[in-house]
Amino acid sequence: MGEKFLMKGNEALGEAAILAGCRNFFGYPITPQTELAAYMAKKLPKVGGVFLQAESEVAAINMVYGASAAGKRVMTSSSSPGVSLKSEGMSYLAGSDLPALIVNVQRGGPGLGGIQPAQSDYFQATHGPGHGDFRLLVFAPSTVQEVVDMVFLAFEKADEYRMPSMILADGILGQMMEPVEFPESAHVKTFEKPWATNGMQGKRKKNIVNSLYLQPDELERENFKRFERYQKICDTEQRWEEFMLDDAEVVVVAYGASARIAKNAIRAAREKGIRAGLVRPITLWPFPEKILREKAKTAKAFVSVELSMGQMINDIRLAIECTKPVYLCNRVGGMVMTPDEIEAVIVKAQGGAK
Amino acid sequence: MAKQITIFAGHYGSGKTNLAVNYAIALRKAGHEVVICDVDIVNPYFRTKDSEEVLRENGVRLIASPFANSNLDIPSVPPETSAAFDVSGMYSVFDVGGDDSGAVALGQFADRMNEREHEMILVINRHRLLTSRPEEVVTYMREIEAAARMRFTGIANNSNLGPQTTCEGFLQSLPYADAVSRLTGLPVLMHCVRADLAEQLAGKVPLLFPVHIYGKSEWKISEERKSFFHQLT
Repeated sequence: MGEKFLMKGNEALGEAAILAGCRNFFGYPITPQTELAAYMAKKLPKVGGVFLQAESEVAAINMVYGASAAGKRVMTSSSSPGVSLKSEGMSYLAGSDLPALIVNVQRGGPGLGGIQPAQSDYFQATHGPGHGDFRLLVFAPSTVQEVVDMVFLAFEKADEYRMPSMILADGILGQMMEPVEFPESAHVKTFEKPWATNGMQGKRKKNIVNSLYLQPDELERENFKRFERYQKICDTEQRWEEFMLDDAEVVVVAYGASARIAKNAIRAAREKGIRAGLVRPITLWPFPEKILREKAKTAKAFVSVELSMGQMINDIRLAIECTKPVYLCNRVGGMVMTPDEIEAVIVKAQGGAK
Repeated sequence: MAKQITIFAGHYGSGKTNLAVNYAIALRKAGHEVVICDVDIVNPYFRTKDSEEVLRENGVRLIASPFANSNLDIPSVPPETSAAFDVSGMYSVFDVGGDDSGAVALGQFADRMNEREHEMILVINRHRLLTSRPEEVVTYMREIEAAARMRFTGIANNSNLGPQTTCEGFLQSLPYADAVSRLTGLPVLMHCVRADLAEQLAGKVPLLFPVHIYGKSEWKISEERKSFFHQLT
């Protein structure tokens, strides 16, 4: 690791992407994500890359489609309303088995909502933003340093599984500044792309990248094949962090910036003799069901901490097959919970103050 | 000797806002009437307004957009800003938005500023990736000057790594500041360091300006929402 720099999450996303070998960025500005696009606009031309501000989000995501089809490592970024606009393109990327990185630095919604941080695009990200049966790999970093690692991983896994991946951040992570270190030399796995439409050069038959199937049985077959891949991902790619979890009676589940607040609440609860612990999903899809199912055997209750009206809570219930009660601690609209608010729900989940 | 108008500009994230607040309070403590003007039209977060309370306590008048830190991302400069030029004997501190895009807002005041005694200070931080090399600072400086239609008159070395700033780290920024000074021909006017570290560096660093961290570490939306960044681990 090299020197430390003070960076915004948005800048770290940009720098990490460049280190990961991304030379193609297509986007459209929106708060609180704009510093990422601005960073790429400054830096990409200096390293022989392409930064293009498209006429709209819809145009940007389709440029991503084109670059990816040509075998290039490519990304786009936006914030909530802009990601909605990109959802059609994401479905096409998934339907054409194309890798790409999509960054969502979430803000409050629905509609135009507000520019303050939120996590209310959880459903959108984890259930496939757009039409049709498909999934995105969804990574949720919680520190600016982790942003760097997640960008590398998101590109790598997208290539490996030939599917779009998303970094689901929030306005807090995008805007806050923290010291970060970048690896001296980035080791990012690259994959052969024999399917890419990058010129036949007389050496191979033509490649076609497409999501249209004329025969329904063919389309059905492709869907089943894709979902076999998704199953493999669910089996092997679940990632999470554990904090004070070993003896936890109350298992708090929180991701991104919320997880950092939850840690403080858990420390405070522990001081009061409540055995609380944290599972921090690092991948939101695949959701870390394994650890939750495991903890459901011994835990008394679960608490879902999220900056949304109760979205992740459904995945927790599914993972533990509703065997234990799941409580919700949430703030929305750009408001952020305090450790005290989380602690109060932990106390409730534990069965009241001792 | 403080000038009547002091402008803090530079690369975004270099710590201009917190420095401007500290400088305004220092001027006030020296017995001057002081107004601080938030003319940031770029960043809707981390504004002078975050320090509203400490400014009021210290008797510094704040001129800020009513939209700062709200849900409305409106790039506007409050019309009251003109008051900074109208009151005689008043010292004014300008907190300018980052980069050339932020400095555009300064252009409308350039004529009035240029005809008055002023200091335009380039805030630099060695630990910001895009300005970590002195040559890069010069590029930013020229872009800002072109957008503002004003020239810098001095440098504030504000090199920091946030909470991870150390005395050793700060001492390493001195040659960086000198290099920027040589390349630009501008004098280093102040070496700014967190107040607790400044105590340890007294005597070792010239032109030391201790800064307190005011609004910077807070994510304030409303009175209801307490300082957010203190809640993070």
